Amino acid sequence: MEPQAEVRAEGTPRLELRNASKSFGRVRALIDGSLRLMPGEVHALLGENGAGKSTLVKILAGVYRPDGGEMRIDGHAREFATPAQARDAGIAVIYQEPTLFFDLSIAENIYMGRQPVDRFGRIDYDMMHREVATLLASLGVDLKPERLVRGLSIADQQVIEIAKALSLNANVLIMDEPTAALSLPEVERLFTIARTLRDRGVAILFITHRLEEVFALTQHVTIMRDGAKVFDAPTVTLKTQDIVAKMVGRDLATFYPKADVRPGEVMLRVRGLTRRGVFKDISFDVRAGEIVALAGLVGAGRSEVARAVFGIDPCDAGQIQIAGKPLALGKPAVAVKAGLALVPEDRRQQGLALELSIARNASLTVLGRLVRFGLISAGREVQLAGQWGTRLRLKASDLNAPVGTLSGGNQQKVVLGKWLATGPKVLIIDEPTRGIDVGAKAEVYGALAELVREGMAVLMISSELPEVLGMADRVLVMHEGRITADIARADANEERIMSAALGEANVHLGHAA
Amino acid sequence: MMRHSTSPHPLHGDEPRTQRRNAGALAEALARSRETTLFVVLLLIVGGTALARPQFLNLQNLRDVLLNVSIVSLLTAGMTIVILMRHIDLSVGSTVGISAYAVGSLYVVFPHMPVLIALGAGLAIGLVAGAINALLVAVGRVPSLVATLSTLYIFRGADYAWVHGGQINATSLPDAFSRLATGVVLGIPVLALIALVLLAALAVYLKQFRPGREYYAIGSNPEAARLAGINVERRVATGFLISGAIAGLAGALWLARFGTVDASTAKGIELQVVAAAVVGSVAITGGVGTILGATLGALVLGVISIALVVLHVSPFWEQAIQGALIVAAIAADTLLARSVAKRMMRKRDHG
Repeated sequence: MEPQAEVRAEGTPRLELRNASKSFGRVRALIDGSLRLMPGEVHALLGENGAGKSTLVKILAGVYRPDGGEMRIDGHAREFATPAQARDAGIAVIYQEPTLFFDLSIAENIYMGRQPVDRFGRIDYDMMHREVATLLASLGVDLKPERLVRGLSIADQQVIEIAKALSLNANVLIMDEPTAALSLPEVERLFTIARTLRDRGVAILFITHRLEEVFALTQHVTIMRDGAKVFDAPTVTLKTQDIVAKMVGRDLATFYPKADVRPGEVMLRVRGLTRRGVFKDISFDVRAGEIVALAGLVGAGRSEVARAVFGIDPCDAGQIQIAGKPLALGKPAVAVKAGLALVPEDRRQQGLALELSIARNASLTVLGRLVRFGLISAGREVQLAGQWGTRLRLKASDLNAPVGTLSGGNQQKVVLGKWLATGPKVLIIDEPTRGIDVGAKAEVYGALAELVREGMAVLMISSELPEVLGMADRVLVMHEGRITADIARADANEERIMSAALGEANVHLGHAA
Repeated sequence: MMRHSTSPHPLHGDEPRTQRRNAGALAEALARSRETTLFVVLLLIVGGTALARPQFLNLQNLRDVLLNVSIVSLLTAGMTIVILMRHIDLSVGSTVGISAYAVGSLYVVFPHMPVLIALGAGLAIGLVAGAINALLVAVGRVPSLVATLSTLYIFRGADYAWVHGGQINATSLPDAFSRLATGVVLGIPVLALIALVLLAALAVYLKQFRPGREYYAIGSNPEAARLAGINVERRVATGFLISGAIAGLAGALWLARFGTVDASTAKGIELQVVAAAVVGSVAITGGVGTILGATLGALVLGVISIALVVLHVSPFWEQAIQGALIVAAIAADTLLARSVAKRMMRKRDHG
């Protein structure tokens, strides 16, 4: 590896955050957020989901007001009440999901609210388009300023966000997982842009889950865990193992309590499943006692496959067998009866009725069994919920309280319990730990490990590589609607999975010049 | 003239075109062509009716269409601004009604009131109505569907309570005021000219001025609009004020056009207005639509209603046909969006 910028720039940080904290109700999202961002450096902010990175970013962006702590810009104490104030102070944020106006042109997206006007107050479109054309050219992209944003790739949308930041003369650029949905050439282009900006003196805060990117791009690393900064050091002094150890902060073996289970019969067999334009020729087996992970980038078609297997979405071709018996496609009710359960990705939208009670949610899938004299027995409902609650170690004071009052981890347990109540043979679980804290994660992993020990077949869709590597017996990797790799637990590592997910033979990221 | 991206750009004229840009250009061309499509539909209706009944194309019918459409198209323009922001204003019919009767009553008391004062009074009443809606939606955060449904009943109820079965007749109105509807300049009714000027001004406002673009931004992505520093509440309030003001002015014009008004004047017109906007390809989901499109939508519906009379179709069919047109307009939009999405998908599969 080539040496990075070796000496850290001395002097006043462009942006400094000290001991910032923020709570939402009883949830302490950020306990001790601290950060020193120097001009002309790319600074990595690392941590697992739930470590408090997003909260910290939103404080810097003026979206949240911190409960405590101090922020300094170029040495001066500042507080932001609105995103506009942060923007005026030279801070630009590129969020994971671009915040663009899809119905408007690229130029309007960049200049919304500050369009150049003539002396009658009329928007000077010619000037605006010229400026944007120059801006886009300086970023090395070939896009017309007049083009509508709708239909642009994620990579191009991010470039527009960057162009917006540049047009504001931002000297702090925060990028929240910008590479999550990019292909390798697009990542390269983004890195080239980031290096150019860095050389112009912009301070860049770069959040990512891909450690190879940290070494390729950044000069300094700050690591957060459980809402607090735990470590920071120049990138050149670190190795991958150091970073992972600091991020996880606990023994990996106990965090991922995956026991070796001898796989049994094939419980789920999928052959040649195809949905035109979405996924193609998907074939795989999941055996009893086995966790098979479905990895890949967002948009590779993983959730779509799960939905098709479960029968929510139609498919154009293919066969599915559950425990050796063929399953009719496109019929969720039949799938449930055959022993299939799906825990969806977005709990709030697809898995839970937030206003209903915990007990009601947990029993929704088996209401038929609770009926007495044609009416649902509330007593049986609470009893059933109690059973699963105890087993999954649900933390709830009252099973009659609305599910919306639970923490993310406990909500996930209710969803899990609701499906386990149907007595499934095959459990499909989509992003089992998205948006829940580290402690709850460990409990969800524990529950999954116990289920497979009892002979459940689990298909787990996950974007988090540590989770995939820690829990899966086998890893299927999808790229643009196809399965591009089938890797056994012993052979699985980050590089192999990422290269298959990117549809490339090998991942080689360029290093800083 | 009121659409964007039509001017050729010498800067990028001869660059090699990428596939992605083609898809974008296609989407844009289709989006633009919706107004062209509406225009073609309009010509087809006029042409078809004229072929079946040549007497359709006489001056009286054309004048009727223009006069009828003038008021509805103004209301549709106001509604467009509101719909652009993902809101709706159902109270415009009641505002027209109460304003028409109020201006008429003013003439009963002050028979020599100048025309401009009368129009100003209508406008002022509309502003008050708009301010009530703005307060409910922008400050009280009541969903606009509920807020303006309530004010629809409140304004209409107040109207009934006040009017008590009374009526204003054309005889109470001075000639100068009636000439707004009957007068002609260069062969075009004055009322239509007023509408044209206002529509053009609104089109320029939406296209050429920052506040105009902010309506689109809010409807396209409210969260991003906030992050861009737009004062969303103020913009929403302004939208409802404009819609109310236009409805108030339309009330005065309605009085000039029909002469006779009572408590049920313009009842139910709000749905015609929403229909015209939707047929005119103003997206009910916000962010998309132009004054030109909305006006063409109002024209299509107006021409159809006269064509049905000329063709001796039972007037009962008119509403069914309006409904079918709305479905057709929305279906066309959806199909269009899907075909664009499919193209991109195919590119992904083979690219």
